Amino acid sequence: MMKNKRHIPAKIFVGLMIAFFYLPILYTVVFSFNSTRSLSVFSSFSLQWYEKMFHNSDMMDSVFYTIVIAVLATIISTVAGIFTAIGISKSNKVLKGVVEQMNNLPIMNPEIVTAIGLLMLFSSLAVSKGFTTLLLSHIMFCIPYVILSIMPKLRSLDPNILDAALDLGCTPFQALIKVIVPQITSGIFAGALIAFTMSFDDFVISYFVTGNGVNNISIMIYTMAKRINPTINALSTLIIAIITAVLLILNITPIILEKRKEKKRK
Amino acid sequence: MKNFKSMAYPYILWSIALIALPMVLIVVYAFTKEGNSVINIQFTLDNFARFFSDRVFFNVLKRSLYIAVMTTVVCILLGYPFAYIIARMKPRSQVVMVFIVTIPTWINMLVRTYAWRGILDKSGIINSILGLVGIGPVKLLETGFALILGMVYNFIPFMILQIYNSLSKMDYSYIEAASDLGADRLQTFLRVVLPLSIPGVISGITLVFLPAVSSFFIPKLLGGGQYVLIGNVIENQFLTSGDWGFGSAISLIMAIIIIISMHITKKLDKAPSVEGGDI
Repeated sequence: MMKNKRHIPAKIFVGLMIAFFYLPILYTVVFSFNSTRSLSVFSSFSLQWYEKMFHNSDMMDSVFYTIVIAVLATIISTVAGIFTAIGISKSNKVLKGVVEQMNNLPIMNPEIVTAIGLLMLFSSLAVSKGFTTLLLSHIMFCIPYVILSIMPKLRSLDPNILDAALDLGCTPFQALIKVIVPQITSGIFAGALIAFTMSFDDFVISYFVTGNGVNNISIMIYTMAKRINPTINALSTLIIAIITAVLLILNITPIILEKRKEKKRK
Repeated sequence: MKNFKSMAYPYILWSIALIALPMVLIVVYAFTKEGNSVINIQFTLDNFARFFSDRVFFNVLKRSLYIAVMTTVVCILLGYPFAYIIARMKPRSQVVMVFIVTIPTWINMLVRTYAWRGILDKSGIINSILGLVGIGPVKLLETGFALILGMVYNFIPFMILQIYNSLSKMDYSYIEAASDLGADRLQTFLRVVLPLSIPGVISGITLVFLPAVSSFFIPKLLGGGQYVLIGNVIENQFLTSGDWGFGSAISLIMAIIIIISMHITKKLDKAPSVEGGDI
């Protein structure tokens, strides 16, 4: 009894903190279905803000660009990350150190510093700002995270496996695809997930390097945020839904796969 | 095995072009005169002199540091007890709680920050609740309170996770040993648990202070016009006035401040760990 009483303040505190974490998310989702512009009273259920969002071509363009950039940046940075990680795992300490130091720069630097650096680079080279610069920048900040999540898996691999595969007649490429990659899949998936969400959620770097009307969802919200506009809530809810779906799929898929394996064994 | 090693070469070229070169450009622009052709670059400290001689910019710097320090302190004060409570839960609940703390960080920061505009608005939820009790409407939005709230909201999960990691890795037998040796709960906490969890607090500080001091969209969305921070000044130099040299110099100053603060926090880490050895 005594023990329980002592736990009550702790429980209230934890409850309040969780409410604090989820209040803005809940607020956005609930008020995106509101039939009025009110910020505090939920009048009745309506899909009008979603209708407005789907008819707003700027908003739909930004959704399109966000998804296309995120998918392309994920695929390219994952493939590049796999090759680079395997490459540096087979190279000497100097090379490894150089790559690690380079990768640390975008991870440790404030985003705004990375952003203005890229802005000046693209402008100095007279690359016109837009889709290309956005994609290049996203690939640039995604690769370090992919390498970071693959490296520990590579380190725990038996170095003799590769030699064995080559001795048994694999070409180097076959050895890579059939022997090494299957053993680091979990690292690759983790890296790809981080890359996708980083690209999908990015604001600061995108905001500085893009131009010519190519915007992502975050930039869209930032430029529209000054005035109260419930359409932003609809757009935000769309983002929340997509990210939650991605997280659920990635968390549930391994469980389903394992159950299937168990069934096969039986 | 040489052909495997060569797979890293393209990335080295890539990282020189897209990671190293931009950093070099920042330094070059910060120290050279604007409007020169590449052939006759002139070294100058004008950009730095301008920053430190102008009271406006100096105040911006002071304000940024103040807001970032306040954010970090609030994150520790709220995050530490929270992490401590999680670490004392059953293993299963710990996993769930970590998941609960992590999920919001996956969702776009801008989306979550924008939501606070609606919540804190004069006609928002908080003010209508206050209205029922007969208070208000209180101006919450575009105040220092809103700004720090937004920063704490965005960055506290990093603090909690770092402290939780160091607390959950702690060997429970230390705590048992302390109570066996006659320490009461408070003494055990102050002399055993707290010193052993300092590394977690330190890495938490790094993860909160750095984004807080350089943030520019949280002040813009929640702080309003009076809370211009260093990030906003950098944004203006690049996107409004186009003064790359001055903008680069400010970014360098910010980077140096961050490096110095990281150095100080690391030094703080050293002191308690010596004491920890005595236990």
